[in-house]
Amino acid sequence: MVEATGLFSKLWLVPALPLAGALFNCLLGRQVSNFVVSIVACGSIGLAAALSLLLFNSFLKLPVEQRHIELCMYNWIPSGDFSAPIDLLLDPLSMVMITMVSGVSFLIHVYSVGYMSRDESFARYFFYLNLFVFFMLLLVLAGNFLVLYIGWEGVGTCSYLLISFLYHKQSAARAGLKAFVVTRFGDFFFVLGIMLVFVQFKSIYFGEVFPRAHEVLTPVMATWVALLIFGGAVGKSAQVPLHTWLPDAMEAPTPVSALIHAATMVTAGVYLVARCYPIFQLSPTAMSTVAVIGLLTAVISATIALVNNDIKRILAYSTVSQLGHMFIGLGVGAPAAAIFHLLTHAFAKALLFLGAGAVIHALHEEMDIRRMGALKGHIPATFWTFLVGALAMAGIPGLAGFFSKDAILEASFTNGGVLLWLIMVVTAGFTAFYCFRLFFNAFLGEKRWDPHVEEVHHPAPVMTIPLMLLAVLAAVGGYMGVPHALGGADRISSFLAPVFPPAHHTDGVSSSRLLGIVLMAVSSLSALGGISLAYFFYVMPGNREIPERLRQTFSGVYDALSNGWYFDKVYQAVFVDRFMGAANFFWQAVDTSVLDMTVRGLAGLILGGGEIVPRLQTGLVRWYALFMVAGAVVIMGYLYIF
Amino acid sequence: MLAADQYLMVGVVLFGIGVIGFLTRRNVVVLLMCIELMINGAGLAFVSFCRQTGSLEGQVFVLFAMVIASVEIAVGLSIVLLVFRNRATLDVDEMEVLKW
Repeated sequence: MVEATGLFSKLWLVPALPLAGALFNCLLGRQVSNFVVSIVACGSIGLAAALSLLLFNSFLKLPVEQRHIELCMYNWIPSGDFSAPIDLLLDPLSMVMITMVSGVSFLIHVYSVGYMSRDESFARYFFYLNLFVFFMLLLVLAGNFLVLYIGWEGVGTCSYLLISFLYHKQSAARAGLKAFVVTRFGDFFFVLGIMLVFVQFKSIYFGEVFPRAHEVLTPVMATWVALLIFGGAVGKSAQVPLHTWLPDAMEAPTPVSALIHAATMVTAGVYLVARCYPIFQLSPTAMSTVAVIGLLTAVISATIALVNNDIKRILAYSTVSQLGHMFIGLGVGAPAAAIFHLLTHAFAKALLFLGAGAVIHALHEEMDIRRMGALKGHIPATFWTFLVGALAMAGIPGLAGFFSKDAILEASFTNGGVLLWLIMVVTAGFTAFYCFRLFFNAFLGEKRWDPHVEEVHHPAPVMTIPLMLLAVLAAVGGYMGVPHALGGADRISSFLAPVFPPAHHTDGVSSSRLLGIVLMAVSSLSALGGISLAYFFYVMPGNREIPERLRQTFSGVYDALSNGWYFDKVYQAVFVDRFMGAANFFWQAVDTSVLDMTVRGLAGLILGGGEIVPRLQTGLVRWYALFMVAGAVVIMGYLYIF
Repeated sequence: MLAADQYLMVGVVLFGIGVIGFLTRRNVVVLLMCIELMINGAGLAFVSFCRQTGSLEGQVFVLFAMVIASVEIAVGLSIVLLVFRNRATLDVDEMEVLKW
């Protein structure tokens, strides 16, 4: 353990600055102008991002064995042999995470200034957004499970608040509730996992748990701990079967979807599993579970995205699918590749969401890609940046998504088998197809706008500049991990290597260079095939009725996909309706009938008694005398008999 | 010489007449007279028990009771007089303001 010195002792400022911004906007945001609010909100995140970059610079100069810096703020709960300090941990994993989180957050904050400029709850929005960034940074910087959990629940709360931001809209309020309840279901397992860690290790402190994991945990216990922690990750990262909240979370304002539901919060589950990797490694069962859940999620959500028509929901399902890829990477023993994909996906998907926001903004809140088209000439900056994002997402060679996706694909091929790899290659083709189906429908082809759209809203520079910066990141972000097969150094893997135990570490170790290149070529071909198919369907003239005919021919499949494989319908019937039925029963049969009737009956009895008893007080002297005589007779009789 | 329980019987009869009179009559003055009857019935019982057991405590009680009865009559009659002046009636059934 290395004590923080020099610049590293200022590590606490990274989460503290967004918190200060949040407090300012919460307490004073309504008193000051929107300009001041946006300066404080963006400024605090910008400073945090700058500080993260400075820290990264100093961090790289440290020798590898010293890249584990701890900063204890204060001892929060000292109790017997249990102690829960607020401590921050800076190691290669949290380093890349805080840099990505603060950087992407900054760009999205700047974009939000333009996007939300006409919203009357401007200060409330930035309060929530700053608070979210604080919790997210706390989550990734946490040095023990409890602090991580505070951040974990904090981001969940901010997610709820921001999904329900337009709280007067019924659907937004419901979507927020759904997101909160579904993720809480996963968090329940996570809490049990933390408790089990404490029972096993007598500590919740990362520096004591992970190095001793292989001594303390039996294989069975390791499986339990890993699966419980994975339960939390499944909820937060929207994996099957708890993925249903994320598409509904698109009720949030679009920059929120970019920040929380694409780049940062939903990747917290991937971060969590990567952080707890020493425990997962001890259990082949848990590793396979992670990979299988990831694969199921990747395939299911990619197929749903193929037929969806809502611009934001396509991107949401795409996010779910890419998160599935990250979990496959974790499950097949390539955590560095998963984190690499997390970073490149964050850039590309934030870019796509912000671009989608610009499209929605341009067409006056239009979300249906069937009523878009021909936007290329109207909003060229959005067009070009969106193209970069879509190409990066599809995995076209040279752009960020290509390198990270292929790192995962190669590890799947080496450790998971040909079948797993094949399914992922097909999914990569799906990814390319739905990205470009969205892209072509929105920007090319003929105008299919809603008649009431007379004039396109042009995005302000405050919106387009973040788009361009993200486009640069999405384009070149992959060069931090050029694989050995292409003559690169795979720097991200070697940078992250100290975090992950080397014993089973297979990142970047390719069986042969030729194989690596062949694998890349196949997946690139798959992506190109997806793009070509989308081009054929949606851009080449006269072909638009082909997908329509396909839809009619395979109407059963189409219905299943457009209904999201009926997950929501089944959950509605099995859980929600039953629960509502039980709630109705307890409300009407138990509460109203039994409990209320008991209470009201008692009150009625006393009231009625109060009506009758006073009538004994007649005021007639002889009446009282009669009672006295009767009383005396009773007492005498009693004495006489007994 | 009469047996002690014959005196006792007279006392019970006196007390009973007093009770029945108190419960059935409506004139306040008659009620006061009935109370006197009950007190004296009880007094007669005291004295006859005294005679039976040969002790003197009962007779002391009776003397006290007679004194208190005369005081009570003095207070009671003055109340009756005031009530009559105010309400112009001696009927107890009309004096019923102290009720629920």
